[in-house]
Amino acid sequence: MYRQARYDEPLLSEISDDTPKTRYCKAPENPPEDYIPASMLRKAPPGIPEVSEARVVRHYTRLAQMTWGVDTGFYPLGSCTMKYGPKIIEVVADLPGFRDIHPLQDESTAQGALWAMHELQELLAKITDMDAFTLQPAAGAHGEFTGLMMIRAYHEDRDDKERKEVIVPDTAHGTNPASAAMAGYDVVEIPSGADGCVDLKALEAALSENTAALMLTNPNTLGIFEKDALIIAKMVHEAGALLYYDGANMNAIMGKTAPGALGFDLVHLNLHKTFSTPHGGGGPGAGPVGVKAFLEPYLPSPTIKREGEVYSLDYEHPKSIGPVKAFYGNFLVLLKALVYIKSLGGEGLTEATERAVANSNYLAEKISPLLPIPYGKVWKHEFVASGKALKEKGYSTVDLAKRLLDYGFHAPTVYFPHLVEEAFMVEPTETETKEEMDAFVAALRTILEEPAEKLKGAPTNTSVGRVDETLAARNMAFTWKNVNK
Amino acid sequence: MMSKIDESCKYTETDEWVNVTGNKARIGITDYAQHKLNDLTYVDLPEIGMKVSKGEPLLVVESVKSAADINAPISGTVIEVNEELEDNAETINKDPYAKGWIVVMELEAPDELDSLLDASAYAKKIGE
Repeated sequence: MYRQARYDEPLLSEISDDTPKTRYCKAPENPPEDYIPASMLRKAPPGIPEVSEARVVRHYTRLAQMTWGVDTGFYPLGSCTMKYGPKIIEVVADLPGFRDIHPLQDESTAQGALWAMHELQELLAKITDMDAFTLQPAAGAHGEFTGLMMIRAYHEDRDDKERKEVIVPDTAHGTNPASAAMAGYDVVEIPSGADGCVDLKALEAALSENTAALMLTNPNTLGIFEKDALIIAKMVHEAGALLYYDGANMNAIMGKTAPGALGFDLVHLNLHKTFSTPHGGGGPGAGPVGVKAFLEPYLPSPTIKREGEVYSLDYEHPKSIGPVKAFYGNFLVLLKALVYIKSLGGEGLTEATERAVANSNYLAEKISPLLPIPYGKVWKHEFVASGKALKEKGYSTVDLAKRLLDYGFHAPTVYFPHLVEEAFMVEPTETETKEEMDAFVAALRTILEEPAEKLKGAPTNTSVGRVDETLAARNMAFTWKNVNK
Repeated sequence: MMSKIDESCKYTETDEWVNVTGNKARIGITDYAQHKLNDLTYVDLPEIGMKVSKGEPLLVVESVKSAADINAPISGTVIEVNEELEDNAETINKDPYAKGWIVVMELEAPDELDSLLDASAYAKKIGE
């Protein structure tokens, strides 16, 4: 049985003795007033805890032992693509030439970094069959918002200003309708057919001269490839609207097909999913957006320009929607994705896709006798089982999920997507072995034979027991100061 | 788990209840709906005076599981909201048909009431 470390670890501020410890940082010789305008000076010191280096290291090591990550074990969190991040990406991102660069230093001294960004743009364009990319957006939803702003700019540029609706299928990522609403559009949700794919009749009924775009998540959140993608693309274009591809699930099709080949006009990628860069607590995301040539003028400014062997930042884009992020995006994350792509190469990326899909189908076949999978017969990178029948045993999907933690597995995503009752959404990714997946299924089988109390009281082997999600949602406290209030 | 159904209410296919007195209708969500949503954490109450047509989104409720639109079971104007829910969304979980009422609307087209389900039809709809 799994056992997680459990420390009664205080906060650093609680063990601080307020005696300065560090010998590394020398205070400037002159008083702060000599360097900083008086209006900007603090009235009191910032209250940084003073703790010895060894104690600080122990503090964070203990916290790390009390948490869970893909480096600790299996993390089949559906929709999130918690694939292992190979350590080489960290090695390259830690090279001083990349790590210690400043966004405002002269371009002539940052040619390597500009090359890396340009190279990544080109590779992403190739992978998605697009013509141009922006690397600025800092996350998937940020990419969606950027894409929608470009869609708006395109229609307005053509004096086509009545298009106020964005169509989103009910199997889309939840961020799609949110991004469309943020961009000022009315969201039109369309239901799926019995096969879990877009219902073409519903799409036809929703399309009109008011439609600005369709946002399609493909494979959708049921892990099913939209079999009518080409027909959908044709229908949407005929209505004069654009096609936005939510590429968060690109890891299921990379090297096999591409959004551009399916007729789509824009796509965002989640580098922190498909291209292995850390996420969750591990680092910021990156949500580059690719477009077909006719949308290139609207890309966020600046873009990265290449003339011969010289790279530069190009701000001359009169039709650009403007910058969407300070400077040029999360540079080190972009760099990690570049290393991943270059390390695997085209064949390696295709193989990653094949393995991700094979792993998902293997696990689906093993799990479906235990928990039925209402939609799909073959799946892409993930699938959604249903814990609906667990009610008869006196517990629900969330209890099963919590009990899995006791066996040393991160729980799958639960209660999403809403289309499946008591959803249990599993995504193994390509980086897991058959042994790991078999162990997961064995744990699931054992748990389903346990008495309800075991599940209701879970987890007990983790550093923290069952948290009160209702209390947390009703009384939100985002900082320790709030909690103390 | 058996869900409670109030005999004096009319129901929608989308799990709202309506209790009519004169030309006013008190509206909330059913016991079945609150079970499905799980613990409610927030109710985004509409403005008093808001006009809405039958079937259109009236307000949004959030629970630990999800956020859901509550549709207007009938057309009309919102004339009262249950402010108690602002701080205590869980009242809907505890008492969905009485203390957990959400809004009162003034009816615009009383004929619409005929299209709503009665208690036994609703019980059948949710399979109980």
